[in-house]
Amino acid sequence: MSENIIPKTINEPSTGFWKFMLHELKPKGKIFSPFNIISFPIIIVGLIIIFLRFKNGIGSVTNLTQDVPWGLWIGFDVVTGVAFAGGAYVLVFMVNILNLKKYKPILRITVLNGFLAYLFYSAALLLDLGRPLSIVNVIIGNNFGVSSVLFLVGWHFLLYMLALLLEFSPAIAEWLNARKAHKILTGLTMGAVVFGITLSVLHQSGIGALFLMAKGKIHPLWYNEYLPLLFVVSSVFAGIAMVILEGSISQKVFTKQLEGNAHHNHDDILVGLSKISALGMFVYLSLIVLVFVHQKNWQYLNSGMGQWFLFEIIGFVIVPMLLFFTSYRYRNTGMIKIAALITLLGIMLNRMNISIISFRWDAADRYVPSWQEFIVTLTIIFIEIWVLRWIVRRMPVLSKSPEWAHNNH
Amino acid sequence: MEINRRFFFKAIGATAAAIAVGQETSASEPDLKKDNKKEELHGMLYDMVLCKGCHGCEYDCAEAHQLAEPVDTTKSEHRLTDETRCTVVNKHETSKGEVAVKTQCMHCSDPACGAACLTQAMYKTEHGAVIWREDKCMGCRYCMISCPFDVPKFEYQSTNPRIIKCDMCYNLIQEGEIPACSYYCPSKALTYGKRSDLIRIARKRIHDSPEKYEDYIYGENEAGGTSWMYISPVPFNELGMNTTILTSSYPALTKGFISSIAPVDILLPAVLLGIYEATKSKNKPLDEEL
Repeated sequence: MSENIIPKTINEPSTGFWKFMLHELKPKGKIFSPFNIISFPIIIVGLIIIFLRFKNGIGSVTNLTQDVPWGLWIGFDVVTGVAFAGGAYVLVFMVNILNLKKYKPILRITVLNGFLAYLFYSAALLLDLGRPLSIVNVIIGNNFGVSSVLFLVGWHFLLYMLALLLEFSPAIAEWLNARKAHKILTGLTMGAVVFGITLSVLHQSGIGALFLMAKGKIHPLWYNEYLPLLFVVSSVFAGIAMVILEGSISQKVFTKQLEGNAHHNHDDILVGLSKISALGMFVYLSLIVLVFVHQKNWQYLNSGMGQWFLFEIIGFVIVPMLLFFTSYRYRNTGMIKIAALITLLGIMLNRMNISIISFRWDAADRYVPSWQEFIVTLTIIFIEIWVLRWIVRRMPVLSKSPEWAHNNH
Repeated sequence: MEINRRFFFKAIGATAAAIAVGQETSASEPDLKKDNKKEELHGMLYDMVLCKGCHGCEYDCAEAHQLAEPVDTTKSEHRLTDETRCTVVNKHETSKGEVAVKTQCMHCSDPACGAACLTQAMYKTEHGAVIWREDKCMGCRYCMISCPFDVPKFEYQSTNPRIIKCDMCYNLIQEGEIPACSYYCPSKALTYGKRSDLIRIARKRIHDSPEKYEDYIYGENEAGGTSWMYISPVPFNELGMNTTILTSSYPALTKGFISSIAPVDILLPAVLLGIYEATKSKNKPLDEEL
């Protein structure tokens, strides 16, 4: 959207703009880095599988069954991915609404991550749609299904992507040296922030609400009427855990961009985030216990599914919560990163349990994702990382904004 | 056209009612959930005491929907509906001997698939049939996630996949005919008519021969009421039928969430702006953000 406006506001002749773009399109890092060597072949195979999916149908590359119609592409890419991208709205809330300036240095990278995650997860969603072209029906209003949770989630999702793009757009303007556009876009930020957070709260909970009608089809240990609330609470610490882990990786990979950011105290930020995560997980755990007692779920514990449930709650909620608490007390950043990793695995486990593993747990033929589904999922993540890297190396995401951006107003 | 069709239905309905309950033509209809609708809900009564399990309806259904001819009908193991067949008949060993059970879409009065569908491709017609409209569907399969009876099936092997499920032969009904399975059933196990009349017929059969029938109409209250209803010689859990289905409508499970969306969309921005005003430092200009 904003790409269309920006070139017009640039005060250079158009040839200069194209020369600049051509220069920027060239790779800036090492071509034969270990990450590239691993990811490139997978992306090629993934693209071939995507081609086959459109040529021969979804069934030709996936193991989806009539009982379990949503597999890895929805259960991981969309349901889990949206929770992982929750960091964007949490940090925007902390920095722009609560005015916690401490977290400002990691705001742009988090917003960019969130935006790219949403962009690529919607691409994954399109792959999973049997008749993807008909998605225009939802957008142009050819029969709005306003009573559908999925309809509301879809619209909140779409509008939130626009809000994220607006929140990030000042960085694009700074990169293109578009001062006038920068001023306009910065002015729009507050609106994007307020509506972005609202839209996030609703679509994060909406993804939980998607499964409300599957009562009786999801194992009672995972199904409850509070799914929307549980989803939105867990998206807070899932998002933060992603910010912690992603930040730690950026610290190593993008050292060049981080140069000269003297006031950038990453450890302080990590400790603060671990405190918020621990509190979020405590609230989540309390809700889980409450629901468990309220629904009288004791009877299910002494079964395979029951032990699997305990494994998820003890191993991936209680353990990382305690790790976050301890590491916050002793300022142990190494432990924070481990806790973040366990938290992310736990969220993945929880979302997969609800959407795939305990979904029709009683069905005769179990759904196990095919290798093609895994490769396509990896392909989407890798392309996203490539795009992220391309942007971080060019735009002021981790590096400082140009001087004029501060004096522009 | 519209008036003619409606007139025709009234004629059919009146006839069915007359046959079923004799002179009693204008009784009150408490079971009708959607009494504000112009047309009365129609449905099917499936009598498992009468059904002989000949599988004939499977062939008629396949022909009416241009699907492949049924296979394995003689197999003893339980068959499921899938993307090649909208209905199957399975035989179950029960306390009263072998009982045949037909499976197809239940055509809920308030269908979960219809509430789930974000393009209204799954659509509950005024007539009672839940139909799937090809030009609307985007193939998200949320209907399959939501349906408590696991009815909608998806053509995974197709590049332009369809949802396959019983549509109560809606195209035949529009032409004034009745569903193929009911029309051809040699044992008259399938009675098509107004839902309220069918409940009366079912009650009468149960009342007249209590030794033959289990005193229960499956579908009268299941999922908030379905257009397709079953009466059986044995308890329904002996027939492999889902007896844990809620007796309230499934879309009601999401009503709370959906009705909370608009208030949150309106109130939360105001709250956020309030917090922002309360926490912003006085000496810094507003546009310092980001």
